[in-house]
Amino acid sequence: MRKTLFAAAAILLASATGLTGASAADKLKVGFIYLGPVGDFGWTHQHNVGREELIKALGDKIETTYLENVAEGPDAERSIEQLVRAGNKLIFTTSFGYMDPTLKVAKKYPNVHFEHATGYKRDKNMATYSARWYQGRYIQGQIAAKMSKKGLLGYIGSFPIPEVVSGINATILGAQSINPNIKVKIIWANTWFDPGKEADAAKALFDQGVDIVMQHTDSPAAVQIASERGALAFGQDSDMIKFGPKTQLTSIIDTWGPYYIERVKAELNGTWKSEDTWGGIETKMFVMAPYTNMPDDVKKMAEDTQAAITKGTLHPFKCPVLAQDGKEVECKGSGHLADGQILGMNFYVKGIDDAIPGK
Amino acid sequence: MGLVEAIILSVIAASTPLLLAATGELVVERAGVLNLGIEGMMIVGAACGFAGALYTGSTLIGALCGIGAGVALSLIFAAMALGLAVNQVASGLALTILGVGLSGLIGAGFVGERIAIAPRLNIQGLTNIPLIGRILFGQDMFVYVSVALVVATWWFLYRSRAGLILRAIGDNHISAHALGYPVLKIRTLAVLFGGACAGLAGAYLPLAYTPFFIPGMTAGRGWIALALVVFSSWRPARLVIGAYLFGAVTILQLHAQGAGVGVPSQLMSALPYLATVIVLVLISRARTGGSTAPAALGNVFVPDR
Repeated sequence: MRKTLFAAAAILLASATGLTGASAADKLKVGFIYLGPVGDFGWTHQHNVGREELIKALGDKIETTYLENVAEGPDAERSIEQLVRAGNKLIFTTSFGYMDPTLKVAKKYPNVHFEHATGYKRDKNMATYSARWYQGRYIQGQIAAKMSKKGLLGYIGSFPIPEVVSGINATILGAQSINPNIKVKIIWANTWFDPGKEADAAKALFDQGVDIVMQHTDSPAAVQIASERGALAFGQDSDMIKFGPKTQLTSIIDTWGPYYIERVKAELNGTWKSEDTWGGIETKMFVMAPYTNMPDDVKKMAEDTQAAITKGTLHPFKCPVLAQDGKEVECKGSGHLADGQILGMNFYVKGIDDAIPGK
Repeated sequence: MGLVEAIILSVIAASTPLLLAATGELVVERAGVLNLGIEGMMIVGAACGFAGALYTGSTLIGALCGIGAGVALSLIFAAMALGLAVNQVASGLALTILGVGLSGLIGAGFVGERIAIAPRLNIQGLTNIPLIGRILFGQDMFVYVSVALVVATWWFLYRSRAGLILRAIGDNHISAHALGYPVLKIRTLAVLFGGACAGLAGAYLPLAYTPFFIPGMTAGRGWIALALVVFSSWRPARLVIGAYLFGAVTILQLHAQGAGVGVPSQLMSALPYLATVIVLVLISRARTGGSTAPAALGNVFVPDR
C-alpha cells in the first residue's frame, strides 16, 4: 500500500512539472536526453555545450530542456516519453544505447521529430547523426609517431566495438605514414568512464615502456597520469589541456553546436527531414584542440594533414588497406574504404601486434 | 623504478579505497545493520574532500571534509533505518541515489579544477631502499590509515569488551537489549563509523588516486566494498586479503593486456571479481565452514516501550 502511495505521489509530481513546462506554447520546445552528468568533462559535457550554443543562436525562438544521467534501456524510454508529454517537438537522444527506446517512442508519436546520436536505426520521424572521429585520430597517429622517441605507443580502449577499432586503425595508419615500424600496446578498460581504472591503465602502459598514451575512454585521468610522468598524451571529447598543460598534444573536441543549430532551424522552417548525418572535420562535427607541446614542424605537418582531410584530398582509409594478416581489404568505396566498412570495422590493420578481444 | 615495484604501488593505490570503505561497512554489519548506501557516501565524500582540499590546499583538511560528509550522510541513514525503523535495504539504496545527486550538485563548480596530489611520506634513507623502500615508507597517509584502521577494527571486535557487545547486538539484538545494552545507541555509532570510513574512502579518490573531481568517479567501488564484506565472512583479516587480491588482479590484468597475453579483455576485466570470490569462498570453507553472517543482520529493532 505504502508503495502505491509513493508511486502515485511520484506520478503527480512528474505531471505537475510537465504542466508548468508546457506553459510557453509559442516557442519550439527542444529536448535532450543525456547519458552522464553535464559536468562529466567528456561526452555529455560536449553535448551540453552544443545545446548552449543552440540557445545562443536561436534562444528567442526556442526553449530547451534536458534530462541528465538517463540510463540506457527501459528507463530511457520513460524519460524520452516524458519529454514528449512536456511538449517537446524535437528531441535529441545522445547515446548509442538510446537507439531502440528512441525508435519505440518515435513510432508512438509520429508528429514529434527525434534525432539519435551514433545509432543506425532510422524512421520517418527519427534521424541519426554522428561524427568521423577517425579523421582526427589519423592526425593524432602522425603526431604520435613524430613525437615518440621509442616508437611505442599506448592506447586505452573502452569496448571493442567498430567505432573504437576504426579509431585504433586510423591512428596506426597515420602513425605508419610517418614511421612504418611503429608499435602499439592496447589495453581495454571495458568501461567508458572509470577515472581510477583509466589511470591504472595509463600507469600500466607507461610502466611497460610506452612514451605516449592515447585514449578512447572519457575522463582526463590518462592525461593527468601522463602529466605526472612527464610524458605526452592526447585528450578525448573535450579539450583536456588543463589536466596536462605540458602533456596534451591535441584532443578531438566534439562540437555538436553547428549541427544542433542547423537541425533546429530546419524544424522551425518546416523543412526537417529524417536523414543520416555523418559529419567530419570538414563540416566541423568535431574540431582539433590547438596543437601544443610539439616542435613547429610537427605542428605544421598536423595542420597540413588536417587541411588535406578537410579538402578531401586525403582519406585515412585510403586503399589499399592491409589487414593484420597482410591481405588486402576489399575496397568498396571510391579509392578508400566505404562508409559501411568503417562503421562496421572488426579487424586490425597490418602492424598491430594484438588481437581484437573475443575474436 | 622497476616494473615489480611499479605494479605493487599501483596495486596498493587501487586496493586502499576498497579496504577503507569495506572496513567501515564490516563494523556496521557486525552491529546488525545493513547499509547499502556506501556508494552514495563515498561519492559525496569525494566531492566534499575535493572541495576542502581545493579551498585550503591541505590534503588533511580535504580528508576531514570527506569524513564529515560521510558521517553527515550516514546520520540520515541512521535516522531512517534506526530511528524510524524503516527497511534498511530501501533506505540504504535511497542513500546511494541521494549521494549521487548531492555529489553532482556539490561538485558542479569543481569540474576541471586541479589540486596537488596527496603528499607521500619520504624518510631519507628508508624510502630509498631498493624495492621495498617506497612500498613500505613512501606511501600517502591514506594507505597507512587504512592499514591501521583495519588492525584497530580487528582488535576492537575481538579483543575489547565494547567489541564483544557490538557483535552480540549484531547476533541477537533482543537478548542484548534484555541484558540492558543500548542497542540503538551502539548501532548508531557503528553506522556513523561506517559513514566516516566511506567518506574517507571517497575522499581518497580525488585527493590521492586521480587528483581531480568528476561526478560518478567512484564508479561502483562502494558496491565492490559491500561485496567484499560478505565474501570475507565478516572477518577483518579476510577483508584485507580480499581487498588486496581484488586490487592486485585488477592491475595485473591491465599489465597482461599491455603485454599482449592472448586472453579476451572482457574475461580479463571480470577476473578481479572471479578471483576474489573464489579465493574468499575457499578460505571461508577451509577454516570454519559455513557462513558467519551476524544473525540479526538487516532486522529492524524496535524497543518495547
